[in-house]
Amino acid sequence: MVAQLTQFERRLALIIAGLMALCGLVLAAFGHRDPIGVHGLIILAAAIGTMFVVISGSFADVPDDSHLGRYYDDPIKVGVVLAMGWAVFAMAVGDWVAWLLAYPEMTFDAAWSGFGRLRPMHTTGIIFGFGGNALIATSFHVMQRTSRARMPDQLSPWFVLLGYNLFCILAVTGYPMGITQSKEYAEPEWYADIWLVIVWVVYLALYLRTLARRQEPHIYVANWYYLAFILVVAVLHIVNNLAMPIALASAKSFPIFAGVQDAMTQWWYGHNAVAFFLTAGFLGMMYYYLPTRSGRPIFSYRLSIISFWGITFFYMWAGSHHLHYTALPHWVQTLGMTFSAMLLVPSWASAGNALLTLNGAWHKVRDDATLRFMMVAAVFYGLSTFEGSFMAIRPVNSLSHYTDWTVAHVHAGALGWVALITFGAIYALVPILWKRQGMYSSALVEVHFWLALAGTLVYVFAMWNSGLVQGLMWRTYSASGTLAYSFVESLVAMHPYYIARAVGGLLFLSGAVVGCINIWMTARHAPGTAQDAVRDRPLVILASRSLEPGE
Amino acid sequence: MAIRERDPHTGHMTIGHEWNGITELNRPVPTPVWWFLGAAALFSVVFWVLMPAWPLGDTYTRGLLGVDQRTTVVQKLAEAEQQQAGWRRRIAAADFAEIEADEALMRVVRGAGSALFGDNCSACHGAAGRGGPGYPSLVDDAWLWGGAPESIAETLRVGVNAPHPDTRVSEMPAFGHDQILDREAILQVAAYVRSLAEPVSAAASHSQAVAAGKEIFAANCAACHGDNGQGNSDAGAPNLSDSFWLYGGDPQTVFRTIFYGRKGHMPAWEHRLAELERKILALYIRDLRSWPEGARR
Ligand code: HEC
Ligand code: HEC
Ligand code: HEM
Ligand code: HEM
Repeated sequence: MVAQLTQFERRLALIIAGLMALCGLVLAAFGHRDPIGVHGLIILAAAIGTMFVVISGSFADVPDDSHLGRYYDDPIKVGVVLAMGWAVFAMAVGDWVAWLLAYPEMTFDAAWSGFGRLRPMHTTGIIFGFGGNALIATSFHVMQRTSRARMPDQLSPWFVLLGYNLFCILAVTGYPMGITQSKEYAEPEWYADIWLVIVWVVYLALYLRTLARRQEPHIYVANWYYLAFILVVAVLHIVNNLAMPIALASAKSFPIFAGVQDAMTQWWYGHNAVAFFLTAGFLGMMYYYLPTRSGRPIFSYRLSIISFWGITFFYMWAGSHHLHYTALPHWVQTLGMTFSAMLLVPSWASAGNALLTLNGAWHKVRDDATLRFMMVAAVFYGLSTFEGSFMAIRPVNSLSHYTDWTVAHVHAGALGWVALITFGAIYALVPILWKRQGMYSSALVEVHFWLALAGTLVYVFAMWNSGLVQGLMWRTYSASGTLAYSFVESLVAMHPYYIARAVGGLLFLSGAVVGCINIWMTARHAPGTAQDAVRDRPLVILASRSLEPGE
Repeated sequence: MAIRERDPHTGHMTIGHEWNGITELNRPVPTPVWWFLGAAALFSVVFWVLMPAWPLGDTYTRGLLGVDQRTTVVQKLAEAEQQQAGWRRRIAAADFAEIEADEALMRVVRGAGSALFGDNCSACHGAAGRGGPGYPSLVDDAWLWGGAPESIAETLRVGVNAPHPDTRVSEMPAFGHDQILDREAILQVAAYVRSLAEPVSAAASHSQAVAAGKEIFAANCAACHGDNGQGNSDAGAPNLSDSFWLYGGDPQTVFRTIFYGRKGHMPAWEHRLAELERKILALYIRDLRSWPEGARR
């Protein structure tokens, strides 16, 4: 990995790692009475490890210009591996949390293993660790391929990828120590947030610089989605995390908003995290890997454009549907609800565009589990957006809110859409990255597909049932006008569904483990492609365009 | 690069760009999408007209229906109160005996009581009120503080060893820990206590210890537990001569009770539940005892 860096990049990498080591040292020294000190040590260790790798790799020869005629795929490989690693870790924690809900005494009486600390480990690990790495890795692949251009330098992709994973590690190690901002999906504290801003700006710059070097006259729609993801997440992240630390040597901070403003900012963030992290980015993924895998042209160019702008515009207004029947003024709720209803149109247009693209390739869907992953993902995308728009209607929300129905909706989207499209994309990507004829075992891909589908269905149906039962029990009155059930009785009623959900999660998790094995075997043992696909090269005229170091 | 091609499968032209093999068809947006968008927009506009919707500086459009979530809640609460007013008044006015004799009112007590009990009491006393070690069963015949409905209602109001000015106070002294009695004496009095509940087996095996224990009991314990260990509901001291145990009747637990003492805590509910709700709970608990085993949820 260091061998590919130019001399200038190696030196720059050392300087950056040195600065980080310094920051880590300062945090560790001044924060030794606070959990932030532990994070200082983690940063220090990560920086020293990086310095060690860079120095020991620096003896390799500086690469000549020939590599500029190829795409830069090394960070993508590492990103795919990291994504799968996070997937297994975070799903295992998710399943643990699922069992914990069925058997709440399973905490060993320790603080770190309580529900409140394990749950964000699952959500952060899966959304940011798994989803984020998958998005970064595939975006590096897609932006180079659709621009027919190599990334402008070798250092910033590593900075983005590894820096981002450092953020994830700071987040996930913070929760067991009790570090949290108590904002869902934005739990990491101020110093981790600042670090993510730096990483994200470099990511945005890298993306734009690659697009600027493109050899195609037009920008393919997948890039629009990836760019929307990067740009909007930056804005959301900065605004929702505006906070004052109580001291520079303390992990604790307080948000600058309070009361209902804070709640509205949080759910404007929360909903658009769903929109631009869990939806837009993955739509970008879908718009590249689905047509390439199926070999079909996109059903309609215009449809992809209007649904892009529809999604971008409508999502921004919908966040208040997370705060129905709260202290939030009624009019804000009405707006959130109506914009959620209109949001269904571009959402279904996107799902439809994907499914109709498969016309003429359905025989491939039948035979190729990789393409089937993507097809089913598009179906679940359509399903969960319909469900979401339905739940956003206030009277429906009065039943679904606070119940497992929300959790069913989340995982219909998360397992059915986010995870399945990612697995499909990764199975399409891995043979290309490692220059193999195909995956090591297509039978194992098939096994993964059925485990994942079965797991999703068991999970989602269990939670739909549980959510409805719960919601109805809470609003059932006796003839004399008193509540018919106590809360404990609804917990007892949910117990069997919780067990079913945990079993479904286990199926899904084992599918991911099968996927990891298959990817490992592909990278290690699958037969390579004979010809280095000539088409998989950037369009560069080497002689006329030599690169400045660090450009 | 802009070479328009005809897609053989659909017969449509591509838009002419190609990205690493990906092309796009130059197809119009299908009309159903526009209809769908129109319908969703129409729905929204109608909703905005009827409901509070758009901000206008420091106020907002109120909507033709004049709906507001705050007034809706106030209204619904008033309606619910109206619905409950009949039986609320009757239960508040009647005394315990009258209500227990009135089957219609007791049906209300069972309905309202089960949710109240489940939400407030079952965490300690169990969903069926059977209790557990340290938490008394409320469905047996042994009462620490008396089983009359008035006594139960009072226990609920003030709690036991609770931060309430009138709280019931009780404490079983730690005879061993505070060095009032030595181990030997505790073993003897423990044997005696156990013989009260199971006279035959215990007396036969440790007759000597039981005899010695009886004297220790008269000197140290009878003040609270009564001469024959029959208990005293003014001090919350349990009856030791029946087969019901609060903490447990095995030799080890009885020894621990006497050695380390006991002090149960029952919260006071005066400021958390209305008087009517406490009354319903007292009646509910008494009623619970008459339910067949399986019917208790
Ligand atoms: C935090 C645990 C806890 C909760 C909650 C609780 N109790 Fe108790 N309760 C106790 C304990 C412990 C005792 C025994 C006190 C003692 O040792 O004298 C007790 C005693 C009682 C008694 C007296 C029993 C007797 O034998 O005289 C009644 C009646 C009672 N509880 C009813 C209730 C009701 C009704 C509720 C719900 C509103 C409730 N409790 C909630 C712990 C609890
Ligand atoms: C100051 C009054 C007092 C004295 C003296 C006293 N007790 Fe108690 N005892 C209590 C109270 C009150 C309880 C109930 C504790 C509770 O509810 O937490 C109790 C509980 C017990 C229990 C537990 C019963 C069960 O159901 O688990 C035993 C056994 C017991 N006492 C034995 C003795 C013996 C033996 C002595 C004399 C050595 C003694 N007590 C002296 C007040 C007293
Ligand atoms: C093995 C598979 C999985 C299992 C067993 C699992 C389990 C769980 C459990 C038990 C919860 C807590 C629910 C509650 O609080 O009642 C949860 C929440 C959540 N999970 Fe998962 N999960 C899995 C996969 C995923 C994936 C792949 C994603 C995202 C890509 C995801 C995203 C989330 C989110 C966003 C929440 C928070 C939901 C909310 O606040 O309403 N999960 N999960
Ligand atoms: C048209 C699109 C969608 C709409 C209108 C929508 C709407 C909603 C609504 C109304 C809720 C419940 C809020 C509450 O009662 O608390 C919700 C929750 C949620 N949705 Fe969606 N949804 C959509 C698509 C998706 C997709 C595709 C995902 C992808 C994974 C997703 C992930 C989530 C998550 C994670 C939550 C839980 C938030 C929490 O922690 O409470 N949604 N959504």
